[in-house]
Amino acid sequence: MASLKELRARIGSIKSTRKITSAMKMVAAAKLRRAQASAEAARPYAAAMRRMLGELAGATKGEDGAPLLLAGTGQDKVHLLVPMTSDRGLCGGFNANVHRLTLQSIRRLQSEGKTVRLLPVGRRALNFFMREHADLIVDHVIGTSAKEIPFSVASGLGDKINALLEAGEIDVCTLVFNKFRNAMTQEPTCQQLVPMVVEDASPQLEASNDVAQYEFEPDEATLLAMLLPRNLQVQIYASLLETVAGENGARMTAMDNATRNAGRTIDSLTQVYNRTRQTNITNELIEIISGAQAV
Amino acid sequence: MPIQIEIISPEKVLVSREVDMAVLPGMEGDIAAMPEHSPMMLLLRGGVVALYEGDKVTDRYFVGGGFADITPARCTVLADKAVPVSDISIDTATAQLEALSEAWDKADKTDTSRLVVLQDQIQAVRAEIEAGSAS
Repeated sequence: MASLKELRARIGSIKSTRKITSAMKMVAAAKLRRAQASAEAARPYAAAMRRMLGELAGATKGEDGAPLLLAGTGQDKVHLLVPMTSDRGLCGGFNANVHRLTLQSIRRLQSEGKTVRLLPVGRRALNFFMREHADLIVDHVIGTSAKEIPFSVASGLGDKINALLEAGEIDVCTLVFNKFRNAMTQEPTCQQLVPMVVEDASPQLEASNDVAQYEFEPDEATLLAMLLPRNLQVQIYASLLETVAGENGARMTAMDNATRNAGRTIDSLTQVYNRTRQTNITNELIEIISGAQAV
Repeated sequence: MPIQIEIISPEKVLVSREVDMAVLPGMEGDIAAMPEHSPMMLLLRGGVVALYEGDKVTDRYFVGGGFADITPARCTVLADKAVPVSDISIDTATAQLEALSEAWDKADKTDTSRLVVLQDQIQAVRAEIEAGSAS
């Protein structure tokens, strides 16, 4: 059995661990609120963008020379996967889920004879895939866990993907990230970015509002060419925001569990400590009494 | 009858209210969005969106390029970047302009697509400085 001194030291160290985890929980909760607010604030832009894109795609439907971002390269050989994680750990299975889903996709694509490239976002993903598939990594982005993510992170990433596509190095681009359900659950998801999946503008709207009436300045093709990269960035930005919200949600839950676990461990250790102390006292008493009787 | 104007940047909604007229900096010239304007999609250059109530300009916002979607009842401005003109920081903008001019000097003069992008950026920053110093 451990000595009293050891037990005391262990209880002390677990107590300070509990202090840290509960502080981290508080911080994560505060950050989560902020992240949710900014995800909320970014939604109108994305919605308006989708609406315009729907109209434009409808207006240019059937024309030749559709931009690469919309139509893809017409091939399906080289896949770019963009796993999106946080920069820091201690958030439960949050990052591991993305890694697992990405690995599954890599295996599936490779077994189909496709070439896979990786563009990890977030330090966790970068470190993980450096170990697993260092040869596949084309580029990386870190520094996504900053207090507030500026839109420039998303636009930089979007430009990188666009450049790879223009250079003919990739055919399909898929984002792997944690979709934010609520503070407790995040769902690892694959979202195809290129070629773009355009949701059809709601049919009722088209029926009542003749699409052909729309005037475009400059012409449709130019607008579309400008709008598509922007839309790519907006989608990336939205998933970055979800990642941040999810990270903090996951960390909050993980740290809450850790705090509770620490509490339980402290309780059981304290019990052991008390019992040991009691035993020691009893032993000493027995020794004294039997010593006294012997005299 | 007023028109509903919305100025939205990727981060948040800056303006959402009713005005009598909004003048937008279109890529091919300024366009005024008034109620009952025919539906139109517009590419914006860097410049100032002016909101009119009656004959007076009540608010001015600088947008660094973007898109506008005008319908008879509504005008949505999707700005790459948007700030109220009074909040423009001329120092930051000047620094940006310097960085861009440097990039322009270094840029490969045969790469026209890159030059066009740079040119638009420089124009936007110049417009920002102009708008900031005028107010």
